[in-house]
Amino acid sequence: MGGGVPRKEDPNLVTGRANWTDNIKLPGMLHFALLRSPFAHAKVTNLDVSGALEQPGVVAAFTGEDLADEWPGGVVCAATVTDDQKTPFHPPIVTDEVKYMGDVVAVVVATDRYKAQDALEFVEVDYEPLDVVVDMETALEEGAPLVHEDLGTNECFSMPMEVGDVDDAFNRADVVVKEHYIQQRLIPNAIEPRATVALQDPGHDGYVVYTATQVPHLAKIVLSLSTGIPENQIRVVAPDVGGGFGSKLNVYREEILALVLTKKLGVPIKWVEDRSENYQATIHGRGQIQDIELAATNEGRILGMKVKLLDDMGAYLQLLTPVIAPSGAAMYPGVYTFDAFSIEIKGVFTNLTPTDAYRGAGRPEAAYACERIIDALARELDMDPAEVRRKNFYEPFDEPTDTPGGLQYDSMNMQAAMDRVMELADYEGLRREQQQRRENNDPVQLGIGFSAYTEICGLGPSQALAGLGIGGGGWEAANVRMLITGKVEVATGTSPHGQGHETTWSQITADALGVTPDDVVVLHGDTAVVPFGRDTYGSRSLAVGGIAVHLACEKVVDKAKKLAAHMLEAAEDDIEFEGGTFSVAGSPDQNVTIQDVGAAAYMAADVPEGMEPGLNEQMIFDPPNFTFPFGAHICVMEVDTETGKAYVRDYFAVDDCGPVINPTIVDGQLHGGLAQGIAQALYEGAIYDEDGNLMTGSMVDYMIPGAPELPNFTLDRTVTPSPSNPLGVKGVGEAGTIGAPPAVINAIIDALSPYGVKHMDMPALPMRVWNAIQDAQGNGAASGEYDAAFGSREADVRQEGRSEDQ
Amino acid sequence: MIPVAFDYEVAESVDHAIQLLGQHGEDAKLIAGGHSLIPIMRLRLAAPSVLIDLDRLEDLRYVRDEGEHLAIGALTRHRDVHNNELVQEHCGIVGYTAGLLGDPSVQHRGTIGGTLAHGDPAGDMPAVIAALEGTLVVQGPNGERTVSASDFFQDYLFTDLEPDEVVKEVRVPKLGPDTGWSYKKFSRRSQDWAIVGVAAVVEKSNGNIDSARIGLTSMGSTPIRASAVEEALSGASPDGVAEAANSADEGTEPATDDAASAEFRKHLARVWTRRAVEEALNR
Ligand SMILES: Cc1cc2nc3c(=O)[nH]c(=O)nc-3n(C[C@H](O)[C@H](O)[C@H](O)COP(=O)(O)OP(=O)(O)OC[C@H]3O[C@@H](n4cnc5c(N)ncnc54)[C@H](O)[C@@H]3O)c2cc1C
Repeated sequence: MGGGVPRKEDPNLVTGRANWTDNIKLPGMLHFALLRSPFAHAKVTNLDVSGALEQPGVVAAFTGEDLADEWPGGVVCAATVTDDQKTPFHPPIVTDEVKYMGDVVAVVVATDRYKAQDALEFVEVDYEPLDVVVDMETALEEGAPLVHEDLGTNECFSMPMEVGDVDDAFNRADVVVKEHYIQQRLIPNAIEPRATVALQDPGHDGYVVYTATQVPHLAKIVLSLSTGIPENQIRVVAPDVGGGFGSKLNVYREEILALVLTKKLGVPIKWVEDRSENYQATIHGRGQIQDIELAATNEGRILGMKVKLLDDMGAYLQLLTPVIAPSGAAMYPGVYTFDAFSIEIKGVFTNLTPTDAYRGAGRPEAAYACERIIDALARELDMDPAEVRRKNFYEPFDEPTDTPGGLQYDSMNMQAAMDRVMELADYEGLRREQQQRRENNDPVQLGIGFSAYTEICGLGPSQALAGLGIGGGGWEAANVRMLITGKVEVATGTSPHGQGHETTWSQITADALGVTPDDVVVLHGDTAVVPFGRDTYGSRSLAVGGIAVHLACEKVVDKAKKLAAHMLEAAEDDIEFEGGTFSVAGSPDQNVTIQDVGAAAYMAADVPEGMEPGLNEQMIFDPPNFTFPFGAHICVMEVDTETGKAYVRDYFAVDDCGPVINPTIVDGQLHGGLAQGIAQALYEGAIYDEDGNLMTGSMVDYMIPGAPELPNFTLDRTVTPSPSNPLGVKGVGEAGTIGAPPAVINAIIDALSPYGVKHMDMPALPMRVWNAIQDAQGNGAASGEYDAAFGSREADVRQEGRSEDQ
Repeated sequence: MIPVAFDYEVAESVDHAIQLLGQHGEDAKLIAGGHSLIPIMRLRLAAPSVLIDLDRLEDLRYVRDEGEHLAIGALTRHRDVHNNELVQEHCGIVGYTAGLLGDPSVQHRGTIGGTLAHGDPAGDMPAVIAALEGTLVVQGPNGERTVSASDFFQDYLFTDLEPDEVVKEVRVPKLGPDTGWSYKKFSRRSQDWAIVGVAAVVEKSNGNIDSARIGLTSMGSTPIRASAVEEALSGASPDGVAEAANSADEGTEPATDDAASAEFRKHLARVWTRRAVEEALNR
């Protein structure tokens, strides 16, 4: 462990030999295409699929009514965050009303995908448009159009939480800063779109579902709940999966449909999402409006924090929709210690694509609000942003410590991370350069932005998860078996889709058993092959699943040691284990390799009394606490004040995820995470018009940055082990996405502060930045026009100027 | 992302292509690199019933020195234009611009004839050819004709090309040592379509500007010449550039969309024209 072993996964991936779901071709397989609503809200007044049935290659076509009996559970939401949460029935195909653009009206099954798609044009359908609600504030107003008439309200839930005496903290404060932030909707873009192949299992009474998912085990349960097919008749396989970022932490209507259609038609059924469907019908991320207030002393000590949050559910609840904001709620206080904190979260239905977990899921929003408002406090007090942060950091600790959010952070040393990142970036030098550019009136200004974050990983302690409203069950399983030939199989309940578990789990195993990583094969993602597990999301895999592997290896070694003692005719206490060899203390010549012990265990011809044959151990690890990685970032922006173009010149990140098992993989996770965080800050955002039409429906309009938009990242780490698990590891999958957005936006505001700019929304695309400069300079007449042009399109995600009220 | 079904024919020669166009009528479309046509077919915004493939017409891939001008075959790919030594030596702006259309895979497929025939005012090459006062050679059933860039681009995605005509060649002037040039493209991402682009071709004498030709990308339904700027720059000194550039948006009618409002485009046209002319003066 600790070495940059090349990823085992890569040769297949880069030479086109990966096993994607779309590569699966089975005899007699049929394909389906879905007729999707072009309206955000409408009654279906007439629907006739018979025309499609006459088209070449078409085998079947169904309406929602035709299939309604097949899905008693509908599309399942597994989260209940309050007792009175409103959970509408979510049909895979609607029967009478469409509720967002992309909602499904009919399905056509044909001999290939092209024919199915062509035949959709022969389905006869009439819509009667209904009133549409696209923004949360309107949705909560009296008399607003209702997304679900039968619920009588657009409010899905309302959840207050308070720790300490917030009113008192605000009464005592010298200063109070108030800010208003918008988390725009983001569209996840996994390189592999969703795909599913379902078939009747020829061997016995049941079904196999191959699907591009992060959660094969959850899918097995949820598909059973949706369709009523007993869980033990469903086998789910996640073959190679090309990224997810949360978007595949779900069980979608198309997966249910594939299963139901193979049940009905008897042949294998395939569906592969195209990119337009990805944009409309895969979950979106973020979609929040945050009102935050911070109370502090004149010296910059924080006394309390208040947050009001609106979270956009979209039209329906997907698997975890309502729990995304609550799961980040306790993280708003971030890396700062103070006594009083309150938050109130409202979930709101709109006629837009459902939202759900997207890389970071609740924590980027929390870190963003906290790190933006601490900069606002620094501006208010005219203090250096680094200084205000340092004033409020926890003293370094390595035992669980209470937080204002009511959690217990595991371990932290923010001072070390902050020192290192400021040294790395040459903070003083940057400030000098900034000063010079300001004095020279350089059209390109320099901005320096901080973020100091912590996040919650290692989902999670089962009890704590139950408290969050998702039932519990946060443990992870591993099965480690040394085979008769001395090779090792590790079966894990985690389900990698790009993270490199095959490599990392091999390293953990190789270290524990004294074999090489190449001796180890990691099995995952097939519910018929691996022990029941809890899959991959929330930076949980290493800190929970990797630990299960480590502990299972220890069990293997413990047992092997007993057998080695027996074979070497020594007392177990005298056996030493080093580099894969058991030897007798003091006489190293008396030894036996773990492979020989393994073979002997399987032969079982001569094992100690009562010992079971084999070297095959299972472990389930349920962690005592979450893990809390943390870090300090500095973003250096160049902002062209004449054009509004903001560009990341340098990005310095010092992250602490505890001990590192594979530095290459950790750096890769950080690079990708930072890229996604910068993407939210500067480029990406789903834009809807007031009728609920998605205006950013393709990669031409939706601004995913490419390599030229990103800097060379300068990374370093500090290492503060977690007491939550025996390896001390914390998780790193989402760190970059959480740390980057506030650092970027803080840097832009810093660059433009001489112009009077105090606020910037995301994404900070050129026109928005340029407008902000014009507004701050009082060129309002001109810029009003720009706002009208751009802002109307973004009515749901923008509330221009509110933060300037304070 | 799945196009409507279509038939496919391979053109063996320009004459054959014209014959096929005549035979299949209005619903037929020529395809060269396919990098403008196929994306809109996949979104079902275009649904030609027949595609006539020009891509095997190797004899339309060339760059020739014809004395006063360079002749570039319509099927020459952006990347080959970019790398061509004659282009680099005599008309650098065309080579430079070909190297920033989209990403490398676009450049390795897309053709100069295709980007001009498509007539997209957001395309980079049309404004450059307009600023160069280049000409196109087109052929139809009645033979060949030449048409100037200013006559060729008529409206949004609409050119002077008849349905049964093929673009064969593009002609651009060879620029002398006293001619500076610049193409400045403003886009949100580096491999994106231009929000605004400015092509500047500047004749210099004794440190002053003799004359300048300015072409604008994305500032109206066709590539546009910034004639007010051109007039103001005629005989101007470098000190006059900033003021002259302030009229870059005169007579333009840019669109408002999610990328930029019309007003922002006008503002960018002014800033970018100034920077383009300054760069041209120094090149
Ligand atoms: C991802 C991406 C990014 C891009 N970015 C840019 C960019 O930044 N800037 C930019 O300018 N362009 C960009 N493009 C477009 C690119 O430049 C295209 O290659 C070019 O516009 C069209 O050339 P083509 O040969 O592919 O034409 P095709 O797509 O084959 O054809 C386009 C049209 O022209 C017609 N046509 C083609 N050749 C002829 C001919 N010889 N005679 C008559 N008619 C003809 C066709 O019938 C069709 O109507 C991008 C494209 C993509 C896919």
